[in-house]
Amino acid sequence: MAEITLIEGVTMALARAMEEDESVVVLGEDVGVNGGVFRATAGLHQRFGDDRVIDTPLAEVMIAGTTVGMAAQGMKPVAEAQFCGFTMPMIDHIMCHAGRLRNRTRGRLSCPMVLRFPSGGGIHAPEHHSESPEALYAHMPGIRVVIPSSPSRAYGLMLAAIRDPDPVIFMEPKRIYRWQKEEVVDDGEELPLDVCYTLRDGNDVTLVTWGAMIKETMQAADELEAQGVSVEVIDVATISPLDMETIIESVERTGRCVIVQEAPRHCSVASEIAAGLADAGVWHLHAPVKRVCGYDVVMPLYRNEMKYMPSVKRIVHAVQQVLEVS
Amino acid sequence: MAQTVAAFKVDYFQFLKPDGKLVEDQQIPALARDHDRLVELYKLMVLTRTFDKKAVALQRTGKLGTYASCLGHEAAHVAIGAAMREEDCFAPMYREYGAQFCRGVKMSEVLMYWGGDERGNNFSGPAHDFSWCVPIATQCLHAAGAALAYKLRKEERVAVSVVGDGGSSKGDFLEAINAGSAWKLPLVLVIVNNQWAISVPRSKQNTAATLAQKGIAGGLPSIQVDGNDLIACLWAMEKAVNAARSGKGSFVIEMMTYRLSDHTTADDARRYRPSDEVDDAWDKEPVKRLKAYLIDQGAWDEEREAELLEECSRWVQQAADEYVEQVENHPEGVTAMFDYMFAELPHDLAEQREYAQRFPEDGGHH
Repeated sequence: MAEITLIEGVTMALARAMEEDESVVVLGEDVGVNGGVFRATAGLHQRFGDDRVIDTPLAEVMIAGTTVGMAAQGMKPVAEAQFCGFTMPMIDHIMCHAGRLRNRTRGRLSCPMVLRFPSGGGIHAPEHHSESPEALYAHMPGIRVVIPSSPSRAYGLMLAAIRDPDPVIFMEPKRIYRWQKEEVVDDGEELPLDVCYTLRDGNDVTLVTWGAMIKETMQAADELEAQGVSVEVIDVATISPLDMETIIESVERTGRCVIVQEAPRHCSVASEIAAGLADAGVWHLHAPVKRVCGYDVVMPLYRNEMKYMPSVKRIVHAVQQVLEVS
Repeated sequence: MAQTVAAFKVDYFQFLKPDGKLVEDQQIPALARDHDRLVELYKLMVLTRTFDKKAVALQRTGKLGTYASCLGHEAAHVAIGAAMREEDCFAPMYREYGAQFCRGVKMSEVLMYWGGDERGNNFSGPAHDFSWCVPIATQCLHAAGAALAYKLRKEERVAVSVVGDGGSSKGDFLEAINAGSAWKLPLVLVIVNNQWAISVPRSKQNTAATLAQKGIAGGLPSIQVDGNDLIACLWAMEKAVNAARSGKGSFVIEMMTYRLSDHTTADDARRYRPSDEVDDAWDKEPVKRLKAYLIDQGAWDEEREAELLEECSRWVQQAADEYVEQVENHPEGVTAMFDYMFAELPHDLAEQREYAQRFPEDGGHH
C-alpha cells in the first residue's frame, strides 16, 4: 500500500481508469511528455502513448469544444486546464453544450467528460491562477462539480467522475496537492459522488467546508476542541448536486453551523447551503448560520492573497459568535 | 532582401452558370452528366424550399416559434448532405435542413424543434449527429472532437460542420481549423457564405479577399465554390470528404451563396438590405438554375415539375399535420425537463421534479 499525496491520487486514478477503459483519453496543454505543470499526468504519456495522452495546441476553447465532441461520440475524455482562471473561456462549451446535450436531445446524445483543473490560491501564483470558481460551475444545470480534499478522496472521486455518464467539473485544491500523505490502495474502488463526507463527529457546532479549506477548518476544530467545544466537520466533496440532507441532519443535532469557503461570499455555494438550512433546518437552529469566506474582491496578487483567505482565527471567531447565542 | 517564404492562392469553382448552362473551358466533373442523381437532388432542393415556405407560414400564423429560413441555400445544403455517409457525423448550425433531410431527419422533427418541443432534437437521422446549434461556430469544435474520436479509434468516418460568414469571425471556427490542422483530422468545415450575418454584410465582417483563406492560414487546403451551383458544391464536398476519409486531413470549403430570406422570422431584412441586391440574387438562385440545366439536358420537364410541386406540398402538409398533432395532442409533461438532465436523477432534482408535478399549471404569461 502506497502513501501518496492528493495529486498522486489524481494520477493513480487516471492511470487506473485508462487501464480499465480504452475510451478514456487525457488531453490538455503540456499533459503529455511534460506530465502537466503540476505533474498530475506524470508518467501517463510514457505508459499509454500519444493516442491516449494528447498534448493540445494552446487553446482552451478548443480543448473544451473538442472534448464535448469526443464525449458525444462515445469517448471518455479527461481534459486538463492548467489553472482555474483559464477555464473562463471554456464556460461557453461547458454551459451551452456539455450540460445540455443529454437533455436537449432527450437522451440521444450524452457528454461523459471530465474537465479537471487546479483551483484556489495560496501557492504564490500569478494573476488568473488562484480563483475558486465552483459557484459558477455549480450554477450550471446538468453539470456535476466535485472537489476532493484528501489523497483517498482524490483517487476515489476521480474514478467515479470518469465513470460517470454525465459531465463532471473536477476542481483540484492545488494548495493541498502535496500537503498530506495517505495510504491509498489502487484497487479501482470509486467513492460515491453526490454525498458529503463527515470527517469528524461533534455535538456543539457543524463546520461545513470543502477543498483546501479543510486544512484551516480542521485546525480550527482542533483549537475549539481544546477549548471544550465539540465540533462536527463536513466535507461537501460534491458541490453540485448538493447533499443538503447530510448537512441538515448534522445541524439538527448541533443547532449551529458555520460554512467555510475560499471563494467570494456573494451568490456562492456557502450562500446556497445557508439558504438550504434556512429553508429546511431553521427550527433546529439555535443561532444564525455564519459564513466565513473570501472577500467579494478580485483575488489579490500573492503578497496579499493570504489576507484574503479565511484563517483559522476567522473560523474560530465565527464559531464563538454562533456559540454566544443561546 | 525579402524572400518569399510562402505564397498562397484560393481557387474558385463554378460549373453551372446562373442561366443553367455549363461553363466552358473547364474540366466538368462526371457527376454533371449523372442526370438521375441530379434529378434526385433537385427534388430534395425543391422539397426543402417547399418546407421552408410552409415553416414561415406556420410561424406567421402562430403555429411555430421563431424559425430560421434556408431560402437560397438549397444547393449548398443538399450537396453537404449528399456527400456524406450514414456513419459520418454532421454538426450543423441551425438552417441546414436540406442536408439533414438527406440524412433522414424528418420534416416534422425540424418543426417540433422550432415549435419549442425538445423531442424534435431526438431526431430520426443518424443518432450520433449533433442537433441544431444556436451559439455561433461552437459546432465546428464539436465536429473536430468527433473527428478526433474517429481518428483515435481508427474509424473511416468524417465529421462535417457548417458555419456562416458571420460565424467565420469566431474563435471557435479558427480553433477548429487549428485542431484539424494540428491533428490532421477527418474534418470538413464548410463556410456557407450567404453575405449577411443578420444585418452585418460580409464587407463589414472582414477585409480578407476570401473567407476560405482563413483555412489556408491554419494550414488546410481551402477552396471557394459557387454555393448556388449544386454540381460545384457536391463536387467539392465529395472531394473533401473522400480525402478526409482516406487520412488526408481537414478541408475548408467556402460556398458563395445568398440569404434570400430574413435571418429568422424575427428579423426584417428590408430594414438594412437594398432590394436591388436581393433582386440580383434571385437571378442567381440555385433551384431555378438546376431546373434549367436539367430541362436543357432533357432530364426534366414542366409536367414532372408540376407533379413534384404537388407532391412536395402534400408531403410538407403531412409533416405539418404530424407536428401539430404531436405537440397538441401528445404534449410533453412537466417532468420531462427533469428526466433527461442526468443519466440518473439526482436527489435535489427529484425534489424539484416532485414539486413541479404538484404545480403543473403555466406561469409567465404575457
